[in-house]
Amino acid sequence: MASEDVFILGIRMTKFGKHKELDTADLAVEATLAALADGGVTMKDMNIIAAGNLMGGAMPIAQVIQKACGQTGIPAYNVSNACATGATALRVVGMSIKAGESDMGLAVGVEKLAGAGLLAGGARKSDGKSWTRSGRYGAVAGVDGRIGTDIMPGVFAQIGMEYGHKYGGANFELFAEISRKNHSHSTLNPLAAYSKEMTLEEIMGDIMIAYPNTRPMCSANCDGAAAAVLVSGSKLKTLSLEQQRRAVKVSASILTSDPYEEACQVLPNVNTLTRAAAKQAYEQAGVGPEDLDLVELHDCFATAELVHYDNLMLCEEGNAVDFFKSGATWRTGSMPVNVSGGLQSKGHPIAATGIANVWEVCHHLRGEAGPRQIEGAKVGLAHVIGLASACGIHVLESNRA
Amino acid sequence: MSEPIPFVNYLVLGDDPHLVANECTNCSARFFDRRNACAACSATDFQSVDIPTQGVVRTFTIVSFAAPGIEVPFVSAIVDCGGTSVRTNIVNIEASADHVKLGMPVKLTTFPIGKDEEGVEAINFGFEPAA
Repeated sequence: MASEDVFILGIRMTKFGKHKELDTADLAVEATLAALADGGVTMKDMNIIAAGNLMGGAMPIAQVIQKACGQTGIPAYNVSNACATGATALRVVGMSIKAGESDMGLAVGVEKLAGAGLLAGGARKSDGKSWTRSGRYGAVAGVDGRIGTDIMPGVFAQIGMEYGHKYGGANFELFAEISRKNHSHSTLNPLAAYSKEMTLEEIMGDIMIAYPNTRPMCSANCDGAAAAVLVSGSKLKTLSLEQQRRAVKVSASILTSDPYEEACQVLPNVNTLTRAAAKQAYEQAGVGPEDLDLVELHDCFATAELVHYDNLMLCEEGNAVDFFKSGATWRTGSMPVNVSGGLQSKGHPIAATGIANVWEVCHHLRGEAGPRQIEGAKVGLAHVIGLASACGIHVLESNRA
Repeated sequence: MSEPIPFVNYLVLGDDPHLVANECTNCSARFFDRRNACAACSATDFQSVDIPTQGVVRTFTIVSFAAPGIEVPFVSAIVDCGGTSVRTNIVNIEASADHVKLGMPVKLTTFPIGKDEEGVEAINFGFEPAA
């Protein structure tokens, strides 16, 4: 017997930004209740919950959500996969449906991140009074800043510059222009943390964080949550015609980690696993990049967006610079990318991002995106990547007649 | 007076300072950290190999915001040393995109980063423009 098709029945994101008055549970529950209402169902209909939250430490966010809005005794999975956490939560629920264990389930991602500052890898807090070796390099003090950089804007700057070195044509102005596109797109998104048009001069003249990434070219730390209700194809058939019409088919749900390649433990390689995930996603969905009406990809930094045009095969290999310069990825172009404003302006509450990107795509596929609607959108792709490393890709298809 | 010590285990000091890697005896994958097994083939035997001290800048960034105690701006880079990629700072160069270039040749250099309370000096490495 073929496994069940999986559909998104209800999905919502909160406004991203500063929510001083709301705690992690408040945000998660706001998204959860909105997603349930959007799908026309309640917590009692859920057979499984998977949820993620990175900044709350060991807090079991799935149970926190249940205690705040509905304890029904269902299996709860707390997932953690860096910036791919939300996509992982979605996939856990989808796998449960495909396995026949559940016919409906809830995936949630939530983060309180406003004012978090620079996010780095494994920097040591302070240096001791006498040199003592620690860690797997036997370093006598923190290596971040002394042997290269751990800060994310720097890591992803190097990833973008490496692409420029390999294929040419990528410079500060080009990366800034990518950021200008996303900030321009954000002006149509009322849920974005920042929705201000920015000129190239403003972007390039802003505070430099890690060349060539200035502040507006970096993803915005902010608070936010997103939640989705997934349903099996058979269960969906028992629901109302309106629910069926608004449901969005999950044509592919892929998760990869980074395979070994020379240098991948020196500088994270975000290309191998994204390319592998994209290939699997297109195969599973039976669509090609040319069939996509819109793409939300993980532009954690302007330098990252460029390499993912190539990794997601939106352009010929090595051709991302010319592809961008052609105007293809603007909302008026042939392959609109990050019409939400992307992580640079919409914001990046880490665990929420992998569901918020799916929400954006669903919004268009349902024809409900208002002024920023990509007309006639039928197929879309949502991509996230977390270091080091996990890549989640979902291909989504409209269920409208 | 105590001998200076290398900042990390994979830096060898002396007359010809250089880096060493743990090379998998089965598949030749190289690692700079302490290993349990090989990430490429899962084998568990390694030999120590010397890394060339000359290389080219494969990618870089200029970091303007960093942890307390780290001088900014500084140049972080990945240097290709004869096929082995090394993470490093580029030193003895102005930290500006006008001076650091992709593909530029560089060579290993060492420098003290300070003494502990017992007077032991720690020596770090970086790469500088090769004349």
